[in-house]
Amino acid sequence: MTTRADAHAPRGLLAGGVLARGDAESLVKRILGFSHADACRVSLGSRSRGNTRFAVNQVSTAGDTEDLSVVVRAVVGKKVGTATTNRLDDDALRRVVETAERIAKLQPDDPELMPELAPQSYLDVEAWDDATAAADPAARAALVAAVTERARRQGLVSTGYVEVESQATAIGNSAGLFAYHRATDVAMTTTVRTSDGAGSGWAGGAARRIAGLDADALGERAIDKARRSARAVAIEPGRYTVVLEPTAVGNLVQLMAFATGARNADEGRSFFSKPGGGTKIGMKVVDERVTLTSDPQHAEAPGSPFDGDGQPTRKVTWIGEGVVRDLAYDRYWASRKNVAPVVQPRCLQMQGGTQSLDEMIASTERGILVTRFWYIRPVDQRTILYTGLTRDGTFLIEKGKVTRAVKNLRFNESPVFLLNNLEALGRAARVSASESGSTGVPVVVPAVKARDFNFTSLSDAV
Amino acid sequence: MGDPAIRALVQQAVDAAKSGGASYADARISQNRVRTLSTRERRVQGVVDSETMGCGVRVLVDGTWGFAATRELTGDAVARCARQAVAQAKANRRTQVVPVRLAPVTPVANGAWRSPARIDPFDVAIEDQVALLLAANAAALGVKGVPFVTSAMFFLREEKTFASSDGSLTVQTIYRSQPSMTCTAVDVAAGDFQSRQSTDVQPMGKGYEHVLDAKLVEHAPRWADEALQKLKAKPVEPGRYDLVLHPTHLWLTIHESIAHPTELDRALGYEANYAGTSFVSPPEKVLGTLRYGPATMNVRADRDQPGSLGAVGWDDEGVAPEPYDIIKDGVVVDYQTTREQAPALDWWYRTRGQDVRSHGNSYAQSWADVQFQRMPNVSLLPGAKDLGWDDLIAATDRGIAIVGDGSFSIDQQRYNAQFGGQLYHEIKGGKIVGLLKDVAYQMRTPEFWGAMDMLGGAKSYQLGGAFSDGKGQPAQSNAVSHGCPPTRHRQIAVINTGRKA
Repeated sequence: MTTRADAHAPRGLLAGGVLARGDAESLVKRILGFSHADACRVSLGSRSRGNTRFAVNQVSTAGDTEDLSVVVRAVVGKKVGTATTNRLDDDALRRVVETAERIAKLQPDDPELMPELAPQSYLDVEAWDDATAAADPAARAALVAAVTERARRQGLVSTGYVEVESQATAIGNSAGLFAYHRATDVAMTTTVRTSDGAGSGWAGGAARRIAGLDADALGERAIDKARRSARAVAIEPGRYTVVLEPTAVGNLVQLMAFATGARNADEGRSFFSKPGGGTKIGMKVVDERVTLTSDPQHAEAPGSPFDGDGQPTRKVTWIGEGVVRDLAYDRYWASRKNVAPVVQPRCLQMQGGTQSLDEMIASTERGILVTRFWYIRPVDQRTILYTGLTRDGTFLIEKGKVTRAVKNLRFNESPVFLLNNLEALGRAARVSASESGSTGVPVVVPAVKARDFNFTSLSDAV
Repeated sequence: MGDPAIRALVQQAVDAAKSGGASYADARISQNRVRTLSTRERRVQGVVDSETMGCGVRVLVDGTWGFAATRELTGDAVARCARQAVAQAKANRRTQVVPVRLAPVTPVANGAWRSPARIDPFDVAIEDQVALLLAANAAALGVKGVPFVTSAMFFLREEKTFASSDGSLTVQTIYRSQPSMTCTAVDVAAGDFQSRQSTDVQPMGKGYEHVLDAKLVEHAPRWADEALQKLKAKPVEPGRYDLVLHPTHLWLTIHESIAHPTELDRALGYEANYAGTSFVSPPEKVLGTLRYGPATMNVRADRDQPGSLGAVGWDDEGVAPEPYDIIKDGVVVDYQTTREQAPALDWWYRTRGQDVRSHGNSYAQSWADVQFQRMPNVSLLPGAKDLGWDDLIAATDRGIAIVGDGSFSIDQQRYNAQFGGQLYHEIKGGKIVGLLKDVAYQMRTPEFWGAMDMLGGAKSYQLGGAFSDGKGQPAQSNAVSHGCPPTRHRQIAVINTGRKA
């Protein structure tokens, strides 16, 4: 190991400590210069993450971390090897290139090898915010205090998490391609509990700019739900009409987008497989009000302009008016099927409607209002069926009004069935859709009202 | 012991934190080497060698934590990182209500520990590793009707150097290994497909010998055949069944329904926003009184079972872990703790004549993450009678015997859970009469363990585990093993998860 300074460590780090474009390009070139392989690809991941956790109304732990990873993919003949490092001195960089080449030489030929891409043109994606990249621990602590002080004053117990991330990714290869993208992301979530543990309320949000987070509003919402969720009553599990807040919709609908691999569909082992062979492209699978896209240039939920091999991303419509319009094809499978490659979702938007949450509730005779879902795990890939539970704000709707808190419920349900049983759509909003509260894939979804949602058991958990 | 330059750096980081105003500081430098190999059918999908290295510094300033981490390993960089952590702690202090205090620790000035790995996976020729996976795939593909097979190997070697302002300095070399396969059978006409994962082989804190012992090539045709059998299996009739659970399945139920709810940070509310709280709470109302299961139920925590994923010499705050009971004769008697948490149970330890010490359950997944309470190995001890898997089945009139871990989900207080598996054998009259599919059981934790009426003996005890136990924000992965014998649980609710798209 070495403890020398990185002799050629990049000097011009951006605010937040991630690589600027020029530095990324020269670092990629330096690494490519060490290559003796027939083809070589270098990917850089430069990341700075600040996080602050709070629990029992005070900061518990926090972290500020900077890292820069280098991934080298070497191709020798038709053989491929990959090596990664986060050391940037010349010895380490030479070694990582040699390791990738050595691994490649030990492989059998790859029958699915695709040539490195020549230079590509990419969409302009605006995903960076200087103020977010510059946010320091004090800025995060201020967001936290907006919740903890409110909760403490009211005799409640707040817990939560703030994450601010800046990252730059760059890809260059021996065919002359170079791609660079930088993005900032923030997410804040809070769970407020009553001091006796009888009530629990959650609120969360995500944005690409720290100014886009309203900690006061999040705190108010979680506090309100904590109070209203106390003394929940048991109801019989079964099929219910549900009004899902946008976060709950994001929790489920993103699972459908992640199941769009064309190869699995063609191989007969996906929901998107057509019985008898082929895929469901062109088939109506959900309600015609459903349109699901990945638009890298979306203002609130942008995605990377390129994939891991430098393939450009474009706006993709996965589901258009209820019909499967496209699936994700990697370059090899696209070449086999004579279609253009389609990059897997790196952001997700579901088209909304015009109803407010209150209107959806008002039109519901008997139903359940869900704040979010938790511990969502696959049960049956054939139907994209998942299980999981409601959490931190589950309420009974009777005769058009939210009447009382109900105990949490386990579901066994699929976004496919949910979107088939659609009753109404709310306005789309950016949500914090990852269970862990990290920034993750940006998701914009509406609130949804749907019938016959399948709850299979009751939970005593608050 | 260890690299002198690294030892000097962790010490420099601790010194810089102390002179910057920290009352306590620790520093960890880890060098992680990871190799992953993945294949499908007759093709290598990827072989990746990764290394990552850096330094994380944790400080306590006036009772508030700070943490910063850097990939730059120079004296200046780690000192800057230490000062950054101190500054962050000062920014965090504005919200302080109760200052952190730490249980005492016995410092180890020159500790060294190494996983019991016989063969370093990174010394094994990559072409041999690739050849083994492709041979296993070929063996599985020999089963007609099984067109798809994936296989993989994962290896970790972590060199971790730790220093604290209490005077500890330890160097540890930790290995983890997992070979795995998935065989998939497809009925295109029926639009059905079923997979069998190689859960007979669990991840371990061992070296390449674990891969050789796994005998993938020998087992692959059976796994492939079982995938095919699952296509033809009978859909389960929902209802209540006696469940006989194999250790390759039960470890995950133990993980979710015993190990997680007995984490003290959860019980005290620290994980309420993500992992959740616990029904085993509050401590003053449950310790010594909450009945978890029958008197035959004993659950023990340790970080020293040979080859287990949780085994270490010292945890990530320099505490030497010792085994301890979590459930004794069916009753909860302790929680998992760190130095920060143990003082919360001082009243309990005093009544038992025990010192107020951390159980050594602090862990961080890498140099870039702050350490916090993570579970050690948490194991269900075998019963006194010399019973095995076949004995439990023979004693069961109408039931389902479940092999391998599958789908899993549990609520945020660990009451309501649902588990699937790999194979569901229908039991009638003490005999396995066929295979079922679309099975999941739903349970309420206290009733599930209360319904345990048989457990296997010492000879039937084995370790299962996972690399990917998630907790914390940002979420960190912990690697942990759970040992257990097979068990039987009476009259558990089983649902049918199959639906038509």
